[in-house]
Amino acid sequence: MQEKLVSRAKELLSDGTVVRVLGWRKGDTDFSAEPAFFESAESLDEFTYDGFCGANLSKYMIKASKEEGKTLVFLKPCDTYSFNQLIKEHRVDREKTYIVGVGCDGKLDIEKIREAGCKGITAVTEDGDTIKVATVYGDKELKREDVILERCKACKGGKHVAYDELAEGCDEEKPAKEGRFELVEKLEAMAPEERFAFWQNELSRCIRCNACRNVCPACSCIKCVFDNDRYDTAQKANTTTFEEQMFHIIRAFHVAGRCTDCGECSRVCPQHIPLHLLNRKFIKDIDEFYGEYQAGEDTDSRAPLTNFTQEDVEPSIVKERG
Amino acid sequence: MQRIGVFVCHCGTNIAATVDVKKVVDVISKEPGVVHAEDYQYMCSETGQQKVIDAIQNEHLTGVVICSCSPRMHEGTFRKAAEKAGLNPYQLEIANIREQCSWIHKDMEEATEKAVILARAAVAKVMLDTPLTPGESRVVKRALVIGGGIAGIQTALDIADAGYEVDIVEKTPSIGGRMSQLDKTFPTLDCSSCILTPRMGEVNAHEKINIYTYSEVESVGGFVGDFKVDIRKKARYVDMDKCTGCGLCQEKCPSKKNLSEFNRGLSNRTAIYTPFAQAVPNVPVIDTANCIHFKTGKCGICSKVCAAGAVNYDQKDEVITREYGAIVVATGFDTISLDKFDEYYYNQSKDVITSLEMERLMNAAGPTGGKVVRLSNGEHPKDIVFIQCVGSRDVTCRGKSYCSKICCMYTAKQAMLVRDHYPDVNVHVFYIDVRTPGKNFDEFYRRAVEEFDVDYIKGQVGKVSEAPNGRLLVQGSDLLDNRQIKMEADLVVLATAIEPSKDARKLATMLTASMDTNDFFTEAHAKLRPVESPTAGVFLSGVCQGPKDIPETVAQAGAAAVKVVGLLAKDKLTTNPCTAESNPLFCNGCASCEKVCPYGAISYEDRQVNDHGIRETRHVAVVNGALCHGCGACTVACPSGAMDLKGFSNRQILAEVDAICR
Repeated sequence: MQEKLVSRAKELLSDGTVVRVLGWRKGDTDFSAEPAFFESAESLDEFTYDGFCGANLSKYMIKASKEEGKTLVFLKPCDTYSFNQLIKEHRVDREKTYIVGVGCDGKLDIEKIREAGCKGITAVTEDGDTIKVATVYGDKELKREDVILERCKACKGGKHVAYDELAEGCDEEKPAKEGRFELVEKLEAMAPEERFAFWQNELSRCIRCNACRNVCPACSCIKCVFDNDRYDTAQKANTTTFEEQMFHIIRAFHVAGRCTDCGECSRVCPQHIPLHLLNRKFIKDIDEFYGEYQAGEDTDSRAPLTNFTQEDVEPSIVKERG
Repeated sequence: MQRIGVFVCHCGTNIAATVDVKKVVDVISKEPGVVHAEDYQYMCSETGQQKVIDAIQNEHLTGVVICSCSPRMHEGTFRKAAEKAGLNPYQLEIANIREQCSWIHKDMEEATEKAVILARAAVAKVMLDTPLTPGESRVVKRALVIGGGIAGIQTALDIADAGYEVDIVEKTPSIGGRMSQLDKTFPTLDCSSCILTPRMGEVNAHEKINIYTYSEVESVGGFVGDFKVDIRKKARYVDMDKCTGCGLCQEKCPSKKNLSEFNRGLSNRTAIYTPFAQAVPNVPVIDTANCIHFKTGKCGICSKVCAAGAVNYDQKDEVITREYGAIVVATGFDTISLDKFDEYYYNQSKDVITSLEMERLMNAAGPTGGKVVRLSNGEHPKDIVFIQCVGSRDVTCRGKSYCSKICCMYTAKQAMLVRDHYPDVNVHVFYIDVRTPGKNFDEFYRRAVEEFDVDYIKGQVGKVSEAPNGRLLVQGSDLLDNRQIKMEADLVVLATAIEPSKDARKLATMLTASMDTNDFFTEAHAKLRPVESPTAGVFLSGVCQGPKDIPETVAQAGAAAVKVVGLLAKDKLTTNPCTAESNPLFCNGCASCEKVCPYGAISYEDRQVNDHGIRETRHVAVVNGALCHGCGACTVACPSGAMDLKGFSNRQILAEVDAICR
């Protein structure tokens, strides 16, 4: 797979279709791939595509759109939703993008592999639904489903909603997974005090590193309100209860209706705060109030929160439901 | 350095009885930036205003806070005073310590504390106020009246007589509304048609009035003085210009068994029809659901017999766009559905009818030619029972909590007329209360009781059912005699509650006009502005605002017309300078604001920006100040805070919140 992607990228570079490639390369460890731009055929030797390429590259296209020439970007099915949303918000130039859709069987979470009892990991190889983990203490086999990223458990399915071509291994027929809102429903069923305690516990761990915001494809503002000194919210240090009480809620409001549920926020959070649950609560409410809506499914429909129709739910109903 | 003056009003005892105004003055005078604070009994009076003017001039104030009633009441008054004193009127803020404080609290200490907090928030806001200058907008010299009943007709005539153009949009094929369905009108008993049809003719002939029947308002854009309205003219399939109104098509139409809406389903009509003989315009429409030609492609008789060649099966709906300076809502009412009132046996028996059906039954042009008969067998009735408050004053979820207002009077009228025409018929009326305030109203009701021997029974009916002999069995209670009543009747007439027309809510949404929980349009002020909606340029006429009878409706229609004429007489309107503006350095060009703007005031342009040395072209939002209404929807939608509202900036609102939470 990886070799085929590299050779296709080299072709597109050499025939002048694109002037740079946006993909992944190995990070600090073998189990953390990071986004990378490649501008020459030689540099593509570093290109990697494996089970740890969870990073959603669509947001990097904002930067690439400002450069000269076309960029080849590899997008997994769920990444294409974010890409479409960025097109919709005029943040990315479609004309300067060449998308190769890549297949995905659910990306791996090294933390979960470790939690499954693997210590001293030396190599992780994928074999269909089986994940083979080599460790200094011997080999172990795990089920893929048990060690995938949280967001992959609610996979939107194998369909790419934006692409110029699809690489081998793309399975457009792969269905979406059920149970996306199970945890949200659990939270909804809690008593208000219990729910407050849950979030207080989770959010009090926030160190305000801003990783969630920086990675979020919906957080694409040129100047973020949290960096704007016109308001009292521009800060880096976690000195007050602002993070615990306000920051993530404000962020969830800002991306409401625009969040595609790509799950990057939770993936990058060093404190393992399940931030995607805030967004999913919004998505669930939007679905229930205005009919099912998937942000990024297309580039021209009007999002429920910024659209007005006479069938819209009355505020009193929203209030009653809480 | 800001120099703020704070003025605390007693509002007689309205505020002073619950808020310690002296203490408010004392506390607020110590706030940083406040250089002057005083209280007065009636700040809105001439003397009170003079105090504000004097302080602005003597103390060189840069901002003023008035702690008084709602800004909807006197913001304008005080802004004018500030302007007179040389201060920009938009550097004055109101702290509402009446509606939002003294009126809703009982404890003086608490209320005083809250008044101080509200004043402090206003001080925090006024500190960040900037001088603003209003612009001007045009006034289109034409009014739109939505609804062609007596309310709409009267409003249109009054506006047109003052010399302005008026369009009436009526959704049914004819104007006339509910009044055209009535028989006689209380308390004078003149025939409804005899007083209404001349008005209908007058409207039709008036050179300033344009009638769109069988049409509906599809969308409303713009704002006071400059509305843009799309009107859907539904296809009649009959050419209005060619039709002579001869009626031959209706005579020959073979599809004859369609329920007549006008006769409330008590008779049939043809598929090509005018609702009633005196319809205006006298041009039929084709009901495509029942027309044989539209169902099968065959027939075509109407087209063949029409000498004028007016029938056109290919006609399509047409949407026209018209501009108006003012809009009058006159959408009227309907009777409620009785599906949830099975105890009255309405859906089970033909002999249980609503009062509006009774009107048709008594009407000489009605389905029985004015003869009151049992609808099940056409026989002459011997006993008629009227039941009042069917669904009115009903606090359960199936009825309406309000009084429908007209039922006591029309029930007395119908009972009286039955006794007058058929002295052999016994008439009983079940009532909760008889309410007859109005000129000559109580006298009218007394006549029904004393001269016409109508049997009024205080009490409600619990059940209507069929007696073994085929008559109706009415079971109720007589509260004055404290006994249960069982009586047989041949006809039961239900004084069914009225409710606003079903389409009214959709219209309210289009007009951004507010409604109450019963879907009646809300007036701008219950006492002082009863015919204006809170939305500028939208006026209310008739039952759409609340239950009322014909004289009241006509009076209100005239009042609405005067307000419209007052608006249309102006050449220019002052626009609100509190409009939105976008900071191009923060704007991402995401178009969220453009999508939520109800006035189409936001567009996008590629603009060269210099962001701290970075020169680049950005796709940014631009607000058209003439179109912007200052609703603030865009400022909320903007994720980066680039969009801000002048006079209500995000910083000001946060400063207020901070002041409150301090």
